[in-house]
Amino acid sequence: MFAVVGTVPDEDFPIVAGPVSAAGDRLFIDGREIEINRGTAALLAAAVMVSHYMGKDGPEAFLVGDTGYGRGSRRLYGYLEKTLPARRYTSLTFHYIQPDVDWHNRVLFAVDRMPERPLLIADAGFMYAAKMSGQAEAYDAFTPDMGELAFLADESAPHPFYTRGFILHENNRAARLIERAYRHKNAARYLLVKGEKDIAADRSGILETVTEPRTDALEAIGGTGDIITGLLAGLTGVGQDLLPSVMAAIRISRMAGKAANPNPGTQVAGIIQKIPDCLKQFYGNGHLKGSP
Amino acid sequence: MVFENTSEVIRAETIIKENGWSVRVMGPPPEIRSGCDLVIEFPLIEHLNIFRLLEEAGVAPLKTVPVAGPLLEPVNIFFTKDFGAFLMVRAANMKITIEKGSLVIVNISGGGCPDVPYLAREMVGKKLDEAPRPRSIGHTLCGYALELAYEEIKRQGACLP
Repeated sequence: MFAVVGTVPDEDFPIVAGPVSAAGDRLFIDGREIEINRGTAALLAAAVMVSHYMGKDGPEAFLVGDTGYGRGSRRLYGYLEKTLPARRYTSLTFHYIQPDVDWHNRVLFAVDRMPERPLLIADAGFMYAAKMSGQAEAYDAFTPDMGELAFLADESAPHPFYTRGFILHENNRAARLIERAYRHKNAARYLLVKGEKDIAADRSGILETVTEPRTDALEAIGGTGDIITGLLAGLTGVGQDLLPSVMAAIRISRMAGKAANPNPGTQVAGIIQKIPDCLKQFYGNGHLKGSP
Repeated sequence: MVFENTSEVIRAETIIKENGWSVRVMGPPPEIRSGCDLVIEFPLIEHLNIFRLLEEAGVAPLKTVPVAGPLLEPVNIFFTKDFGAFLMVRAANMKITIEKGSLVIVNISGGGCPDVPYLAREMVGKKLDEAPRPRSIGHTLCGYALELAYEEIKRQGACLP
């Protein structure tokens, strides 16, 4: 069993926790429907598709409504602090949430009290809080895009909004940014850098760069990064090892992007629909389908 | 001056500037950072006047702290990508893409704060001059970054043939 933590853009959406299923363009959790488009819903849809393909249980989700005021996020942090110590997951993925260092640390303490420590994956707002808290090394994977990688590399920036110009100018020099992020202890065990080139890296540097298939329009489409993180959540959640999961997530997401034949105006739901076929194609081509 | 959230900072900044004072929106000093914040830097000698103005407008700051060292500055570098029929601008971690012919916002991507999916839902599919501005409906630093990208793509959009 694995879990995903995130938000949906609706202030009236209460805290819900439980198994997630998907059908058509909808997610279902605790008697509620959520439109699959961008954000945590897109991440969850990809994770559900992976677990379905692998014949394993789907994710559990911890969700709350928040449109940026942070009220829902703070309630969810508090809920996690209370409930996580009794849970058991293979992987736990944190996503869109209002970054808050104090609450982040309380949740991380709660993770420490879980019966078994899950693989910890962080993206979006929770990754920002993890970096700012100085606890990045407690995580197994971060999934930044290039702008967020520059933020991880800037030891003084508390949010990507404050990344210093001389570091932003390193935009096309991923290796230098990755080295700098690790040097300042602001990176997880693995980095999956999402972009025109997808990069897997660890403390030793770039492990692999994937450039094919190339679909330039994906950079503009909101939610494509959520798909990659969702694939990673799903693959690690069903028990695959972390680094092979990072590489598979990169390749399957690029395949789905290509299959959707998008332009920069395409919505991410059109790409998510391609994931099941791409899973079949990827694992049908000799990649190990898998159990741990 | 420290506020409850970013949207209050933006409101306060607008009010102060409309009343003729020169202030700057900056990053908070390390000792009061919580994770997603902006502050307003103002001349201490104007404290009483500015505080009274904001109190009357219903956006009084949570607190005021003296600052000795330099504050973090918001990002001011933009990356532009021309896709032919589409144009994308990125500011920090936020990207906005328009269809050049119609100036319709076709995608918003990046970011990690919870107003990003909300902003995308409210803005995508609308023309640049008809969509709500991120500074009007956003509440976080990602929303503020999107505002900067929005202003830049609007500037570039005005120059399109």
